[in-house]
Amino acid sequence: MITATPRNDLLLMVFFAIAILTMPIWLSPIGAAYPDLLQRFAIYGIFAIGFNLLFGLTGYLSFGHAAFLGVGSYTAVWSFKLLSMSVIPAVLFGVITSGLFAIVIGYISLRRSGIYFSILTLAFAQMSYNLAYSVLTPITNGETGLQLAQEDPRVFDNLFGGAMESGTGIPPTNLFGMEMSGYPGFYFCAVLMIIGFYISMRITRSPFGMMLKAVKSNQNRMSYTGLNTRPYTLAAFVISGMYAGLAGSLLAVTDPLAGAERMQWTASGEVVLMTILGGVGTLMGPVIGAGVIKYFENIFSAFNDDALHEIFSFLPDVLQDGVVAVVGLFVGEGWHLTLGALFVIVVVFLPGGIMEGISRLSRIFSQKKAEEPTVKTRTQPGE
Amino acid sequence: MDRVTIRIRSTLVDDFRNKTMCPVVSEPSPVLAISTGNIKTSSEIKNMDALVLQLLNGLDKGGAYALIALGLTLIFGTLGVVNFAHGALFMLGAFCAVAMKQLLTLSKLVKDESITFFDAFKEEPYLKIWFGDTGAVIIDYAVPISILLAIPIMLLIGLALERGLIRFFYKRTHAEQILVTFGMAIVLQEIVKAMFGANPVPMPPPEIFAGSADIGSFLGLGNSVVYPWWRLVYLGFAGIVIAGVFSFLQFTTFGMVVRAGMQDRETVGLLGIDIERRFTIVFGLAAVVSGLAGVMYTPIVPPDYHMGMDFLVLSFVVVVVGGMGSLTGAVAAGFLLGILQSFASMNEITSILPGIDQIIIFLVAVVILLVRPRGLMGRKGVMES
Repeated sequence: MITATPRNDLLLMVFFAIAILTMPIWLSPIGAAYPDLLQRFAIYGIFAIGFNLLFGLTGYLSFGHAAFLGVGSYTAVWSFKLLSMSVIPAVLFGVITSGLFAIVIGYISLRRSGIYFSILTLAFAQMSYNLAYSVLTPITNGETGLQLAQEDPRVFDNLFGGAMESGTGIPPTNLFGMEMSGYPGFYFCAVLMIIGFYISMRITRSPFGMMLKAVKSNQNRMSYTGLNTRPYTLAAFVISGMYAGLAGSLLAVTDPLAGAERMQWTASGEVVLMTILGGVGTLMGPVIGAGVIKYFENIFSAFNDDALHEIFSFLPDVLQDGVVAVVGLFVGEGWHLTLGALFVIVVVFLPGGIMEGISRLSRIFSQKKAEEPTVKTRTQPGE
Repeated sequence: MDRVTIRIRSTLVDDFRNKTMCPVVSEPSPVLAISTGNIKTSSEIKNMDALVLQLLNGLDKGGAYALIALGLTLIFGTLGVVNFAHGALFMLGAFCAVAMKQLLTLSKLVKDESITFFDAFKEEPYLKIWFGDTGAVIIDYAVPISILLAIPIMLLIGLALERGLIRFFYKRTHAEQILVTFGMAIVLQEIVKAMFGANPVPMPPPEIFAGSADIGSFLGLGNSVVYPWWRLVYLGFAGIVIAGVFSFLQFTTFGMVVRAGMQDRETVGLLGIDIERRFTIVFGLAAVVSGLAGVMYTPIVPPDYHMGMDFLVLSFVVVVVGGMGSLTGAVAAGFLLGILQSFASMNEITSILPGIDQIIIFLVAVVILLVRPRGLMGRKGVMES
């Protein structure tokens, strides 16, 4: 694997930034270069990067991360409603609120580890989900979902912009007047994702990151050396929750609507899957995982039987019907079946995810090339 | 035509499910008939009635929780595997009943004699054509009969799942076990969805259990407490299954070996017993238990493909509260949480603490995990960290 020198990190960073910002160009051949999907790539990329900071570094498997996503969304929409349609306060408040939320939940949940931690976080997420649907309806607007309305106060907008084109419907979310939908929305999310990626890289390389990795490899040993690991894990949990809040508020930025189903535990399962698929504990992995899942979700669920018949039209009729019937299970409505099967296959055969697959492949190729020089140095005793 | 109406109904059901927020309360609650016009009814008796009803409700819910949690904790105690696919097994059991019903009501079109203006046809099940009234009775009892189908099928599914997937995960971390079984649960769910559709399938109980039992007069509380018969049947059924599992483990040699293996797997292995094979069978048994819970639950809530997920989260909480690996703990916690939940949904309590019925189970779990991490009846030193 490539060693983590500052120079390599810089290269990776530049490469990453260019790759993300040019996504509209190099994704167009595979039909993924439209703003809506690109926005989702970036947003779920942020979510997965944040989740990986917790799960990848400390090994704590949170099954309730979607709660922070939901909190971020709700806060952002409220900020649109009460303060201003500008996205900056929305994102800021979304991150802060979910951070506070994460402090409370993390403080309690992190008293336990392993499966108990998973269940505690799951319990908290499920509680927030249930409450969002029932008692907190005045805040969350229950099952309809929180929406913007014409008569929202929007204090700052009204203060500075006067009665900005009043009566022309709900104003769009904006960044200094730039409308946050379509490509501008994507670039806004993409820039935030690049910043998020940079921060996660700095954390991974820092002494703090080392501490978290040490917690993962052996928490007992850390405690025996007289070190209290809880502040570190709590910090990781809160940072990770803030990433989720950022992703949630960006979801609201691109589409100002927040519903409780974002908090459901299947949503938490999805981010776990993204991280696992890409590669737990790697920098790029979660981003790749999120991209792959969102892409295939989009492509696969668009297929229907007619499209399949067209694809397999080269086969004889009898065979064609059979193939379409089998493949039809996995696409369209049955996209989740593919997802579940993928989940199982990845965990069974490739626990390191796509990143491990890539590094395995590259090892095979580099071994072939460098076979002769390594022959002599291969047998080294002492391991 | 028919399909359209069904689809409309199902969206209504979905709406209802969403509206009621919590998977547990999404079932149509039994008719709580507390007659108000009765002059004799003093407020005390009324409270008493409500208490009895809620107690029954809680026991009922608790029965379902206890059955699923029993299977979960059996698997955890023997194999040490955290099985997130257990809810899916419950759902598969429920769909065994649906399949049986469809099998029994295989029909052909016959001429409808009652309509004389034109040639009308109606569907007549083969069973009715062949056996007349006996056939009709068999169809009526589709749900209990499907137990016969569910036992072998669930056993097979359980064994296949254990041999084919789960045994590779004994040595891996709990996180990986959770992930792989979670993926498996999604796969099972989607297969069922592809086979039976996404809509809930209504499953009526047998005719004689369709009404409500007059519990009140039985207990001497007046005739104001009525409760659906089938729920009482379910409660009794849960009790029988639980007693069966416990006596199987307690009074048979096989059970003794399994219990010994739960205590100390290595020593039992050293005694020359193939403990792994027995544990595989235990996995099958756990699958059967949760499958049966699913079969009998179908008349209470029409099964759909994601009912398992709803129950899974709750039954995990139940297992944790009861204590990981403790069978009595799982059963006790199942009933306890069921009762707590139904009492929390009483009007008197929700008016003081709104929303408490939604979160009570999770609150209890949080408190238990923080105060007594091994659960109510967990063994000391087992999974305490």
